[in-house]
Amino acid sequence: MSTLSMRLRSPLSQRIDMSPFTPRRLAGRQGSEIARIPIWLGNRQLECGELFEIDGVAGEEIIIQSESDRLDRIGAGMDGGIIRIEGDAGAYLGRGMRGGSLLLNGNAGSAAGCAMRGGLLRIEGNAGDFLGGAITGERQGMRGGTILLKGNAGDRAGDLMRRGMILIEGDCGDYCASRMIAGTLFVNGQTGSQTGYAMRRGTLITTRVPASMPASFNDNGLQHLNFLTLLGEEIQRHTNFSRIMDRARPPRRWLGDLSCDGKGEILFWD
Amino acid sequence: MIINGTEIEETFAEAFGMSATRVVITALNFRWARIAGETMTGFATSVIGCGVEAGIEAEIPPNETPDGRPGLSVLLFGMSGKALARQLETRVGQCVLTCPTTAVFAGIEGEKRIPLGKNLRFFGDGYQISKQIGGRRYWRIPVMDGEFLCEESVPRVPAVGGGNFLVLAETQEQALIACERAIEAMRRLPNVIMPFPGGIVRSGSKVGSKYKALMASTNDAYCPTLRGLVQSNLDGGIGAVMEIVINGLSDADVRQATRTGINAVCELGAAGGIRRISAGNYGGKLGQFQFHLWEVMA
Repeated sequence: MSTLSMRLRSPLSQRIDMSPFTPRRLAGRQGSEIARIPIWLGNRQLECGELFEIDGVAGEEIIIQSESDRLDRIGAGMDGGIIRIEGDAGAYLGRGMRGGSLLLNGNAGSAAGCAMRGGLLRIEGNAGDFLGGAITGERQGMRGGTILLKGNAGDRAGDLMRRGMILIEGDCGDYCASRMIAGTLFVNGQTGSQTGYAMRRGTLITTRVPASMPASFNDNGLQHLNFLTLLGEEIQRHTNFSRIMDRARPPRRWLGDLSCDGKGEILFWD
Repeated sequence: MIINGTEIEETFAEAFGMSATRVVITALNFRWARIAGETMTGFATSVIGCGVEAGIEAEIPPNETPDGRPGLSVLLFGMSGKALARQLETRVGQCVLTCPTTAVFAGIEGEKRIPLGKNLRFFGDGYQISKQIGGRRYWRIPVMDGEFLCEESVPRVPAVGGGNFLVLAETQEQALIACERAIEAMRRLPNVIMPFPGGIVRSGSKVGSKYKALMASTNDAYCPTLRGLVQSNLDGGIGAVMEIVINGLSDADVRQATRTGINAVCELGAAGGIRRISAGNYGGKLGQFQFHLWEVMA
């Protein structure tokens, strides 16, 4: 498999848009050609080669080496192949991605995986606010695919999420699963205040009691839910989370947010 | 050809192309999975009157089912994808959805799909929940014992129906014992069902009837009580004939089941009162598949 490597030459003074650099968009291009791709840095237009050392051949895989958190929109709209990021990423990581794998071994900025439709986004570090959320002004967030976050997420993870699965190994900030429309959000750690705020449908599973939930959630009691076995198997494919189906007790289920459709569910073991 | 004193006739079974699917039913224990499976496959002996031919294929241990509970697989065969879809939906809706603790999943791979929970979900009256897990879509329908979990659709595949062989014995009891043995051996095989009661048919049919309204009527050439009245295929020593009909996912499966069944019958052989093994056909004009007994047993 041919690999293209892009190493950031020096720290950036402004944010840059990395969306032109996906395996599909670079397919068939020579290194010299890629080096001439224009990038806006503030109000100046530069050539890619001025900011990055480019090595290798464009193919299925792109490796981005950067210590900057100002590289926005990495993997935006990608529909196949692999992008590995050695370092941190800026905002809108994997925005609207449709397929392929986007693998980050550092931290991500806000709105990672927003409007995602397919593929796998794996973040080894932490993520900012609005993980798997919506593009500003749009009515739906993540619509498919899987996000695996090894660290902690900021506020409003899964905001307006419509489909797909987000797995968070660490903790979540406030308003987790806010305005969620559907899909599955799993948090292995602690969720913050107002968990499930304005949730319409969808499933939030967390191993700990949320810090708080809106008053418009109702206790549904302990429930044996058959689908958790299937979900547990699927989660195990991605990560070594504690096996939710091996827990001796069924989860407690809360339903809400009754101020909206009220068909969302928050499951946790208390 | 003679095996253990039993003559294998130089004839063939004629079988037809069908459309088939497999669903996996799970429940709290095997008892309730079996109750659901038996209810769902009841009145499913022949497409002529039942719309579909169905049967329980095998029990599946908990570690091999999608939801980790005891289960069993059910095969259903229809004359068309549309007929199969209609019957599947009706039977799952009336017999599995209603059965305590059950869940139902697709149990076969294929490109064309037919609805499973796609329309059954409306029983949830708006409280049903869709879940996509591992690229598959499931419906969680609230019911009085918790949730009925049901996969949205199931693939259907081309299959073979109507493979058969006839057991010609000296007495009714001997024919039944031999067929029971055959069924016991054949039920261990994957991908096949024997849809008739207990796997055995005593009313083999021929095409047509003196009555215009009937498509099929009794196979008079094999009825011992008509010997001497019609052109009978039975000699004086034969007192009863029973048939085993086999539906399989492929012609190789039907062939293997035929061979296994005839071998089991021939173990009893002439000493067990089994005179001959024959097969039902329509002169080779109607069915797409022919299973020549000599080739199958070679």
